[in-house]
Amino acid sequence: MIALLLRDLRLAVRAGGGFGLGLAFFLIVVVLVPFGVGPETNLLSRIAPGILWVASLLAALLSLDRIFALDYEDGSLALLATSPLPLEGAAMIKALAHWITTGLPLTLAAPALGFLLSLAPEAYAYLLISLLIGTPALSMIGTFGAALTVGLRRGGLLLSLLVLPLYVPTLIFGAEAVRRGADGLDPMGALMLMAGITAGSFGLLPFATAAVLRINLR
Amino acid sequence: MSMWEYANPKLFMSWTRPVLPWAFGLAGLFVVVGLVWGFFFTPNDFRQGSTVKIIYLHVPAALMAINAWVMMLVASLIWVVRRHHVSALAARAAAPVGLVFTLIALFTGGIWGQPMWGTYWAWDPRLTSFLILFLFYLGYIALWEAIEDPDTAADLTSVLCMVGSIFAILSRYAVLFWNQGLHQGATLSLDKEENISDVFWFPLLVSIAGFVLLFIALVLLRTRTEIRARRIRALEARARRA
Repeated sequence: MIALLLRDLRLAVRAGGGFGLGLAFFLIVVVLVPFGVGPETNLLSRIAPGILWVASLLAALLSLDRIFALDYEDGSLALLATSPLPLEGAAMIKALAHWITTGLPLTLAAPALGFLLSLAPEAYAYLLISLLIGTPALSMIGTFGAALTVGLRRGGLLLSLLVLPLYVPTLIFGAEAVRRGADGLDPMGALMLMAGITAGSFGLLPFATAAVLRINLR
Repeated sequence: MSMWEYANPKLFMSWTRPVLPWAFGLAGLFVVVGLVWGFFFTPNDFRQGSTVKIIYLHVPAALMAINAWVMMLVASLIWVVRRHHVSALAARAAAPVGLVFTLIALFTGGIWGQPMWGTYWAWDPRLTSFLILFLFYLGYIALWEAIEDPDTAADLTSVLCMVGSIFAILSRYAVLFWNQGLHQGATLSLDKEENISDVFWFPLLVSIAGFVLLFIALVLLRTRTEIRARRIRALEARARRA
């Protein structure tokens, strides 16, 4: 499992593009928003939690189709399926690798981008925590979506259509936690519920992902 | 003779042929009676005036939009567990019907909301959940369309339907957390206390029965179409090989 994780990480770093691309996308979305809504600081700081969450969600979405597509094309996915490692475990590792290459950098970069949107100072800690807890769920749900569309030639657009509705609860709780933090309310409820979604996703979705992969490899 | 034998496509076809006109006829009768009764023979509401009458379209459509998804979930489970092709095709057939019911509920809700709340759309939990349900239907239908091999498509869409159901329920309660709503609470709960008055209640029941029958009729018809389409594909494949 660790070998698989290291292999995926190495591939992501060396193939180029995948690693930094999500971050650059995140940056550009956040930069575009003030152009769209105007530069008033009050308005920006009010919508900052939502913008940061939506932008990181889209950035995570961007690299989803790479999770299985390359492995499917060169046949290593079939090898993985026949290896002694259960496919469920492989699916979870894939999600973890995706998180380390996109979710984690996004989380670390988000506070810096919070300055651009003049996020309320009290909210930074909650932004960091909520992204840290929430982005693994995004990766795991996305891995499931990527497994669904792996056999399709032009699955990218379909993948976003399938995955985005599944992202709704995570987004709601994540953005709500940051918003409550910014307003000085107690964000623990939202954080707990989001942690529940993440835990539930990692508990159940690897099985669904593995089942879907087996169907696609049939 | 168990109920599973109806999953035999041939039996299903011969059994549904005589049922179909009855289903459509009864559905039309109930919908027309329910709507005419509701629109023309009920008093105007004390506060809402005549706009209350859109309830006879709105509530049954919304009810069936959710039940169509539940039916798809059950059909998907049957396909996964027992691999009856008719079940998978019925799930596929139900999706666009559910989608249209969702749209009807959203549109009539908007038309109703404009005079009542002063807005066509509000980010109210119920409204938002329906919009999310609409997106789930879109994704489900798109996945069916995208995959060529019918068995693979049936398998993948069933898994999507199951995972989607969990997330749909999660979203339903997440939006409650996110915003308090304008939408009224349950109108038709079995707990009689908060129900609407009988004058509105009976035509509404008739209308709901009509929408249920309409859903059944449409799904049967569409399932028959799917079965025929698959037979044609099989024949074509055989002709190409010969």
